[in-house]
Formats: sequence, structure tokens, C-alpha cells
Amino acid sequence: MFSRPATLDDALVVLSDADTVVLSGGTDFYPQRLNQMTVGRSPEHVVDISALGELRGIAETGGGWRIGAATTWSDLATADLPSSFDGLRCAARQVGGTQIQNVGTIAGNLCTASPAADGVPALLTLDAVVELQSLTGSRTVALDEFITGYRSTALRHGELVTAITIPDAFRSESLDTRTSGVRSGDSTDADSSVYSSFVKLGSRAYLVISIAMVAALIVLDGETITRARIAVGACSPVATRLPALEAALVGARIEEAALDSAVRSVALDLLAPIDDVRATGEYRRLVVPRLIVDALLACRTPVAMRTQVAMPTGGTATGGTATAGTGLRR
Amino acid sequence: MSNDVADGAAAVDGAVLRTVLVNGIAASFEAPPATVLTEVLREELGLTGTKVGCSAGDCGACTVMIDRAAVCACMVPVGRLAGTSITTVEGLTGDELGERLQASFLRHAAAQCGFCTPGVLMAARALLGTNRQPTRQQVMDGLGGVLCRCTGYQAIIAAVLDVDAADPVTVRPTSGKAVGASIERVDGRVKVAGTDVFGDDDAPDDALVIHVIRSPFARAAFTFCDLESFVSENDGITAVLTARDVPGVNRFGVIAPLADQPVFAEHETRFAGEAVAAVVVLPGFDFSSIEFPVVWAALNPLTSPALALHPAAELVHTDRPANVLVEGFVQTGDVDAVMPSCAAVASAEFDSPFVEHAYIEPEAGWAEVIDGLVVIHVTTQSAYMDRASMAEILGVAEHRVRIVPTAVGGGFGGKLDLSVQPFLALAALRTGQPVRITYSRAESMASTTKRHPSKLSVSIGADSNGRVTAMSFEGVFDTGAYASWGPTVANRVPIHASGPYFIPNYRAHSTAVHTNGPPSGAFRGFGVPQAAIAQETLFDELAGRLGIDRLEFRILNALTAGQRTVTGHVLEGGVGIRDCLEALRGPWADALTRAQSLNRANDRRHRSGIGVAGIWYGCGNTSLSNPSTIKVGVRSDGSVVLHQGAIDIGQGSNTVISQIVADAIGIEVHRVLLRSADTSITPDAGKTSASRQTYVSGMAAYLAGVSLRAKLLAMLDASFDSEFVFDAGVLRCHSDGVARSVDLRRLPVDADGFVVVAVESYDPPTTALDHNGQGTPYAVFGYGAQLIELSVDTATGRVQLHRVVAAYDVGKAINPQLVVGQIEGGIAQGIGLALLEEYLPGRTNNLHDYLIPTIGDVPPIETIIVETHDPVGPYGAKGVGEHSLIPTAPAILNAIHHACGIRIRSVPATPTKVLAAILKRGAA
Ligand SMILES: Cc1cc2nc3c(=O)[nH]c(=O)nc-3n(C[C@H](O)[C@H](O)[C@H](O)COP(=O)(O)OP(=O)(O)OC[C@H]3O[C@@H](n4cnc5c(N)ncnc54)[C@H](O)[C@@H]3O)c2cc1C
Ligand code: FES
Ligand code: FES
Repeated sequence: MFSRPATLDDALVVLSDADTVVLSGGTDFYPQRLNQMTVGRSPEHVVDISALGELRGIAETGGGWRIGAATTWSDLATADLPSSFDGLRCAARQVGGTQIQNVGTIAGNLCTASPAADGVPALLTLDAVVELQSLTGSRTVALDEFITGYRSTALRHGELVTAITIPDAFRSESLDTRTSGVRSGDSTDADSSVYSSFVKLGSRAYLVISIAMVAALIVLDGETITRARIAVGACSPVATRLPALEAALVGARIEEAALDSAVRSVALDLLAPIDDVRATGEYRRLVVPRLIVDALLACRTPVAMRTQVAMPTGGTATGGTATAGTGLRR
Repeated sequence: MSNDVADGAAAVDGAVLRTVLVNGIAASFEAPPATVLTEVLREELGLTGTKVGCSAGDCGACTVMIDRAAVCACMVPVGRLAGTSITTVEGLTGDELGERLQASFLRHAAAQCGFCTPGVLMAARALLGTNRQPTRQQVMDGLGGVLCRCTGYQAIIAAVLDVDAADPVTVRPTSGKAVGASIERVDGRVKVAGTDVFGDDDAPDDALVIHVIRSPFARAAFTFCDLESFVSENDGITAVLTARDVPGVNRFGVIAPLADQPVFAEHETRFAGEAVAAVVVLPGFDFSSIEFPVVWAALNPLTSPALALHPAAELVHTDRPANVLVEGFVQTGDVDAVMPSCAAVASAEFDSPFVEHAYIEPEAGWAEVIDGLVVIHVTTQSAYMDRASMAEILGVAEHRVRIVPTAVGGGFGGKLDLSVQPFLALAALRTGQPVRITYSRAESMASTTKRHPSKLSVSIGADSNGRVTAMSFEGVFDTGAYASWGPTVANRVPIHASGPYFIPNYRAHSTAVHTNGPPSGAFRGFGVPQAAIAQETLFDELAGRLGIDRLEFRILNALTAGQRTVTGHVLEGGVGIRDCLEALRGPWADALTRAQSLNRANDRRHRSGIGVAGIWYGCGNTSLSNPSTIKVGVRSDGSVVLHQGAIDIGQGSNTVISQIVADAIGIEVHRVLLRSADTSITPDAGKTSASRQTYVSGMAAYLAGVSLRAKLLAMLDASFDSEFVFDAGVLRCHSDGVARSVDLRRLPVDADGFVVVAVESYDPPTTALDHNGQGTPYAVFGYGAQLIELSVDTATGRVQLHRVVAAYDVGKAINPQLVVGQIEGGIAQGIGLALLEEYLPGRTNNLHDYLIPTIGDVPPIETIIVETHDPVGPYGAKGVGEHSLIPTAPAILNAIHHACGIRIRSVPATPTKVLAAILKRGAA
């Protein structure tokens, strides 16, 4: 069975039935049903949420930002957002290829709950909250509680993710007085600003599931870190923030040696990387500290610059992810 | 309820009529709403330009535009398309920018097999829609979601950047000038239009559909339950086929005496993915929820040659003692005497995994029985071999089987063996109806052949002057469950393991060992790429120890005409390895300077390095007859028709053979009408493998062309060097001041419609090898060398390629643009072998765990074509198809060593392996 409700209320009615499953961008949905010739003829009831316009789009709210559940990666990549979202936007441009970004959605990424979901680390650093609705009401769940384990979430029967909300707390704490939309990297006089970045390590240039990825969100006072949030993905069943490291980074100067020693001073014991077809757990353990430093350093690379791989030869980039000084491979 | 939004919350169960806007036209069809768009475009609307390579978003072949944005149609439910506008490759016709793009793709030969082309074009069209003048980087970003396995992407990038070429030139050579001209592919237009017909593109609507039941275990015993009631109790199921239904011999193999692979396993399966049964169902019947009545009992598999060679190991085939399929051996001089006295000896062990061809087109075809003739339309590299095997399997004479090859969406050796053909033929015969099958990506990867995993143990010694004097090579190749091309690999490797160098004392031994892995078969290079990794990286070690520049070391040892190869074969001419290596001297010096200055300027983390490797490769079968026959004739209207059975799998034989035949006849190439391979029409031009088509079929084409010319001029009573023209149905010529003519319309017409015809065959002059592997295994060798510039991120082990310079001796480039395309495509596959690709049976049966290079993984490539004029080949030409892939991996490994001092001897050099080696070196 298949339905494509035109209103959220209708969608919630359908969802309250047994055996329903949400279809958004379909980029996880269809590959998982590869062997099913005609999806929708099987017992499950597919609810296509693509007609629900209110689920798509990004808006500034009183207390922060609200990203509709069906907002695509392309929507995010091209949106005008403050610098604290640079990391998320970098991630958006590295999910699959253009075709995937044009339809894949942020809520789809969270609901699939893959350890390698590229959207999760940046959203964790943003203290994202998942907004859920069902016929019986709505609730909000912090992202780190929403994804409960390897491919499992707190989503209950009948619930739809309607939005991801980002509180504004971080920005106000940062003493940053700039208006949103102006990048801190561009400002010359702000002595205290918010920066964010995302570094993805994969073994090829495009269409690659991360071996590991790091999102960083920091506040700088001059050259000194005053607040830091770091999240690492693909190194534990669920991407995770590293509070001990975040504390250790406060006071560190934003230069390689200092960051390196700060990162190495903490045991990253929240990470439990495993061996898979992409890399060994041991490898992940070895590179993550480096990727964290890369991500921190990348925070200060203006976003425009990050759209190209730093090329040692000055020739054309050939797709190295996680090159020093850049949060992006394209 | 045709409007989707108006469906509201009402659930739809089953097919509904809907209308969508496709290429500006409202198209109606009936389908369940969750059906994916690819299915509707291809099956309901007949728009087969949109291709399916994976159904999972991994290949991008299905890219279309929905409201101007590129999306993968394989993941779009048709239930959400109301109000949108869909553009497919068919819609580029009539679109100004789209047509410019197609023309640019033709000019740049950006389509080889053409299977990825519709997806690439649509991604490019979407990009240009938002960014009319993209940079190279933006082109890569825009096209990063489409895989191409043939081109190496460089021509694609160039074509997109050149979309607005002000004054595009069309190459249209005059008569006698086609050879050497980069004419447009003769089959290029259909490829950029999306109208070329591939294996899954033209099955009749009512064709029954075949599903194959395969072993989930590497080794398993199995029993069927009640198959009869399975058929009778399921309405949509027409028939079940098992080993019992094979009327002829339930065995096939590309090397007839070793044929060992059953169409359906009989009692036990020998690899994961082996077929045990096939189910024939009505079109549209959903087989996914049907449980097939088979009971499996998993058995202990042999997962490596080490296990298979253990004296106590069970036998994969009871008639193959010690699990050894074949051995290969070449010996000359006295290695044991010379090696100890060498000034420097480098020795090491190497290994490589299964590698998957990953052509973007999965195996597909359809079949029907017409008056007792079984007609199989199929994507294949070897129509005649297919026919012979099918006749055996069906227990009929060969003339009762007709193989009609469709366009082939990439092969690289993987479509030389039978795949879907037996299922099609058996099902068509059983049901008496047209039948079709298309492998899923997973099925394609699990059940077809792979590159042989290798374990090599190699020593090479040189004297103090830097001359290589001795080499020993011991190679064990995992040939998997069935023979396939294992013997070819075992034989080719010892002949080629010396590389294109003079080595007076040499011993090479290879063993092909059966395991319960997938059958290892032919993959671009037949084992030579694996061997070259060992030889070329050890050459670097020797040069290093002797303090000789690595390129000069190779030049010093390069084989020259008049020297003996390791099989004692003295090549008289056309030995171009030295020329290739010398052509790299300038780029090598530049690259070295660049790497050194980068290493001075850079942080210690990113280290630059350069590497070089050379290759040689014999064109045609090893010491075996492998003739090609070409027929060319003139019809009564004066048109010239070429019957050319050399299957074009994207490499360009349709074009190259046309060029050769045109010049041999003495007519303009665009006058040659082509009939491509079909066992009922074209004579046997052998298989498309072993880089043999340009040389062997090219020679046959040359001879046929010359013969036709001689016949035409004899009819005119004119001398052989006279010029002639076809003036409609009249052949005219001016010779010795006399106007002569023959009215072709008055001549008798043969069964092919010809009034004059020439048929010629060519078989390369080779000899058998003796017990020491001495003899003339190939008549022609091609040569090449590659230079790679890269950098290694020593903190992550990630290797970034910056540039490749490739110098190739192709004898004579019949079509230089196609030569460049072969080289760029081979290099891309070499990059995959070196850095990315490892097929793990049962684990990587998809294109997101099995990673092949994307557009961002192949650096700019500069090709230098060296023409030594081969004394044997047509117009001096020889092959390049496989040569292109072979040096890439060793050159990359050598550059990695140059960059950061580590030796990777196990490919792929993944970040995990590279970083481990860097840390180990740091600790030492
Ligand atoms: C080729 C390819 C490459 C990819 N590369 C990457 C990559 O690099 N990085 C990465 O992170 N991911 C990648 N993905 C995975 C995927 O594209 C992303 O996770 C994407 O964000 C999923 O979103 P979607 O809208 O397509 O989800 P869908 O497939 O529509 O849904 C996914 C799951 O979420 C549920 N769901 C979706 N929306 C809601 C909602 N609002 N409320 C409740 N449940 C919901 C669905 O029921 C389903 O279970 C790739 C996928 C493909 C096919
Ligand atoms: S078929 Fe759609 S991406 Fe491969
Ligand atoms: S031309 Fe791209 S896959 Fe063949």
C-alpha cells in the first residue's frame, strides 16, 4: 500500500496504522529494499511525505533555527546560514553525489541511524533537537538521545520527525554580535567568534561512505579557543561528542602544535571503532586525533576556500578527502 | 485519482493510471505508486536511454532531471511525480544545450561503451543548467555521482568544458587517409543519443522473466523439495529449470578440454553465487516474496590456495589432483648459477585480491526460438565461443544456435564467459516463448568471473653496471571454483613476468589453484598486472641499491630488436619499450624537480613522490591459433558493406576495423556500412580479448580490403594502384588514360546481397612452447610506460594522485583518439587495482562497498603515442587494450615509496595499509 498525504494531519493518521513506513528522499529506503521488485505491493504501508511542503525548508526561529525534516542536503548546502552551520553545510556537500544530495533528507539520515551518517556529527555539535509528531501529540528529543544505537532510534510507532531544531544558546554565549548570515571568518574586528567545520575521511573522492568524520564547532577569542564542541562519526555505533576533549581544548591556541597536544592529552575512550570493509578499527583509532586537529584548523579556512581541495602541486584536485587545512574535498 | 496530491491520505494498493510530463510530453502509464521511475521509463514508456547499473544510487547510470535537478531515477517513486517535469537522455534532442553537449561528447570520444553516457550527459546537463561555465573542479563535483568504468573520465571532463566550442572540426578523411585519423566513433551517435541497444533494452514486452536461484554458501550440498507443486501452486510461475533439464552437456568453459562449470550445480555448489535452478515467471510477477523450495547444507569451503594446496585438503574437482588446475613454466639460462653472483638482488613476496570488472552494464539478454533456431540476444564479448558452448549445452548442432550480440556496456574480460546465455536458451526452449533476464548488480558480482588473486615470490638480480642478469618468479593464482581462463593466466604470466626487459637467466613458474572462490577468469591483462607489480617494484629496489636513476635503469635494461625474449623469441622490429621510456625522460625530470620542491616547501605531513613502470604485452592468444575472418562486399547500388564480427565492447573495433578496411579498399571511410557481430551474418572474428582485435581482426580486414580492391580493379581491367569511384550502381575508373566502368546492377547478387565480395582470414604466426617455455608465443607485442606523480598524506595514509604521463608504442595509431581513450580507461582501472579494489566474496556484492574510481580519483593524464611500425600488424598497428592498465599499479606503488619510503606489496594500498607501513617504518 502506498499513500502520499497532502497534509501533516493526514500523514499522521496513516502513520498510526500498523506496519507503516515513511518514505522521504528514498535514498536509504530503496537500496534497503533492493530485492523487492515492486515496493508497495508488500504488506508494509508506505507513506510518502514528499507532498508535505511544511516539512521542507530552513527558518530562523526566536530561539534558534528550525530545519524541516524533509530538507534536502542540497537545500542545506545552498542555504544562507551563520558560521556555526558551516560544518553541517560541508557535510551536506559530501553526502553521496549531487543526485543523492538533491533528494536525500536530513531526517532520513538521522532515522537510518547509520554510524557513518554524515549529518550526525555536525548536528551533535549544534546540540540539535529532534521534533516528533504523532496523532497523540508532539515531543522533542535531543539528537544524542534520539539515535539510540546502531541503526536504531527513539522513534515510536506512529511518529514522524517533523523538524530538527538548533538552539541559539551557543551563539549568544559566544558574545558574538554579528547578524546571522555574515560569516565570522570574514569579519576582521570580531575578537570572539564562532567557527565550525567538518572533515570526512573516505577512500575515494565521491560517493563514499566515511571511514571516519569529525565535526568541530568552536568559539575563539582572538587565537584562543574559549568553547569547543567536537563530534566523531563512524568510530562507534553512534556518532558521539567528546566532552573530555572539548574541555581540554578550552584555552588552547588555534595552531597545530597546541591543538595536537590538547587532543593527545585526552583518552578518546568514548570511541570504539571496529574493523569493516572500509578500514580497520586500529586505523580509525590512529587517524581520529589527526582528523580532529584537521577539523579544528579547518574552522578558520573561509568557506569559499574550502570548496577546493588544497592541492600540493597546484594542479587539479583528485579527490583527497581530509587534506590539511580544508574541511571539504570539493 | 490521477493527481497524486489529491490522493490525500487515501492509500493506493496496486497499479493506478497516472500521467507524468516526460521530455515535455504527457505520458500515461499504469503502475503501483512506489514503483521506481527507471522501471516506468524503461518498461512502460519505452524510454530505454535511461540505464540501470545498480538500482541503489551507487552508479548514477539512471540519472535524469526532475525539474532540472539531477536525480537517480532508480530511487524515485512514480507516485510523487505529478506536477513535475522529467527530462531523460531522449529529451536532450531538441534541447540546444543538450545537443551541444552530445556533439562535444562525440568530438571528445567521451562515450566508449556508452552505457554510463546517458547518466553522465544528464548530470552534465543539470550542472550546465545552473552553472554555464563550470571549472574543472565543478565539473567533477557535478559528475561525481556517476561511475564510468571505460573512459577514465578525462574525455568526459574535456567534453563538458568544451561544450561551447566555437568552431568544432569534424574529422572526415579522404579515401586512403582514414588510418591515423581520429574519426568519430562509427557507433558514437547512438551512444550519445541513448538509443544504442544494450542487453536489457529490447526484450519483447511479453517475454517471460527468468530468476536464478543461487547458492548462498561458498560450498553447500542441496536438495530440492517438490518442484512440481511449486510450479503448479504459484500462478505466476511457468517453469523451473535445474540440472536435469539440460539436454546436452551440463558443462561449459572457455577452454573446451577443461570445461568444468555446470549451468546448474548437480549435488554440491562450489562457490557462493553458483546457480542451482532457474524459475521462469510471467512478466510483472513479483518473485521477491516467493520462497524457493531448496534445502541447503553448508559445507566447509576452501577459501584460499594455501588451504587448497594442503595435502589433506578435499578436492574441488575430483579429477584435479592437489587442486591444481594447471601450471605454467618458462626457463632460460641458469638462474641458480647467476643469482648468487649478482651485485644486487631484490626479493620480496606480493599479494593481490579478487578484483571485479564492475562494468556498469550487468549481464542481460533475451531469447526466442524461431523454427527450431535458438536466437540469443546478449551482451557478450565472444559470440562464436558462446555459440559453440551453447550447442554443447543444448545438445544441438551449432547452426541451431544464433548469438546476436547487443551493444556491450563494458566487458574487460568479464563477458567472455557464459553468463545468462544458458538460462535464456533453456527457458526459451522449455516454454516456447520469448524469455529475458537481467542480472541484479549483486548477482552480477557474485556469479561472474574475477581477476585472479595472486601470491608471488620474486627475486631479481643485477650486476654492478645495473644490468639485470637473473630473475626467478613463483606465482600462485587463486583460480576459484572453475577453470575459466585460469590456464591462460598461468601461461601468460611466466612469459610476461620479465617485463619488457632483457633478462638472460630466468625462471618463472605459476600455478593455478582451485578454491571455493568465484571463478577467476579474464580481466584486462590475464595475470600480467599482478606480475608487473612484483617485477617493476623490485626494479626500483635494485636501481636504488645500485644508485642508478630508476628511469635510466629501465632504459638500460629495455629489450631491443634482435635480443632474445625470455622465451627465446627474437623480435625483428617494432620493439618500442626503449622509445616509450625515453619519451618519459623530459616529464620525469620535470616531475622529479616538482616533487623535490614540494617536499621542501610542504609540511612534513604531505610527501610527494614519483614512480615509473614499463610493460610489454603479447597481442592474441598464447601459442594458439586464434584466427579472425572478415567479409567485405559491394552491393549492386555501389554501397560497401563490412561484416565485422569483432565485438565492440567500447574499445572501438567497429571504428578501427572500418578505417583499416576503407584504406585497404581505397574508399572514404564514411562510405563503409557496418554489420556488427552476429553469428548468422558476420564471419568469426574471434573473441574481443587479449588485445587482439586491432591486430588480428585488423589484419583480416586489411587482407579482405586489399582482396576486394584487387577484384574490383580486375573487373575494370585496371592496375592495382588505380583510383576508382562508385557512381551509384556503376564502378568507374580512369586508368592509363582510359575511362573504364562496370555496371554493378547487372551482376549476380549473393545471399548477403553482394555483387563482389572478399573474405579473408588471418591467424597470428606463433609456435608452441617447449617444456622450458621456449618458442614464439605471440607474433606481436605492444609496449608502454607510465609515470605517476602523487602525494601521500602521512597522517592518514591517503594517497592523492596528481598526474599520469603515459607513453605507448602502438605500432601505428589507427585512431589516435581511441588509443588515448583506451589508455585513460586502463589507467583508471589500474588506479582501482592499486588503491581501492578488493572483492570479498559474499561481502562486497555492490558498488558502495566495492569501490571503483570516481571522476575525482583519476588525475589528468597526458598520453604520448609512440609509433614504431610493427612489421606484422595492419599498417604497423598493434593492440593497446590491456597494456594500458598494467603499469599503473606498480608505478603508483613506486611513487608511494619515493614519497615516504614505504613498500606496499599487497594491493590495494588502502589508507589502512599505507598508514600501518608508515608507522612501522617510523618505529624501525
Ligand atoms: C549512493 C548513495 C550514497 C550515499 N552516501 C551517503 C554519505 O556519503 N553519507 C551519508 O550520511 N549518507 C549517505 N547515503 C545515505 C542517504 O542518502 C542519507 O542517509 C539520506 O540523508 C537519507 O535520506 P532520505 O530522505 O533519502 O531517506 P529515506 O530513504 O527516505 O528514509 C530513510 C529512513 O528514514 C525514515 N524516515 C525518513 N524521513 C523520516 C521522517 N521525517 N520521520 C520518520 N522517519 C523518516 C524512513 O522510514 C527510512 O527508514 C547515501 C546513499 C546512497 C544511495
Ligand atoms: S541504477 Fe540508479 S544509481 Fe545505479
Ligand atoms: S563509457 Fe562509461 S561505462 Fe563505458
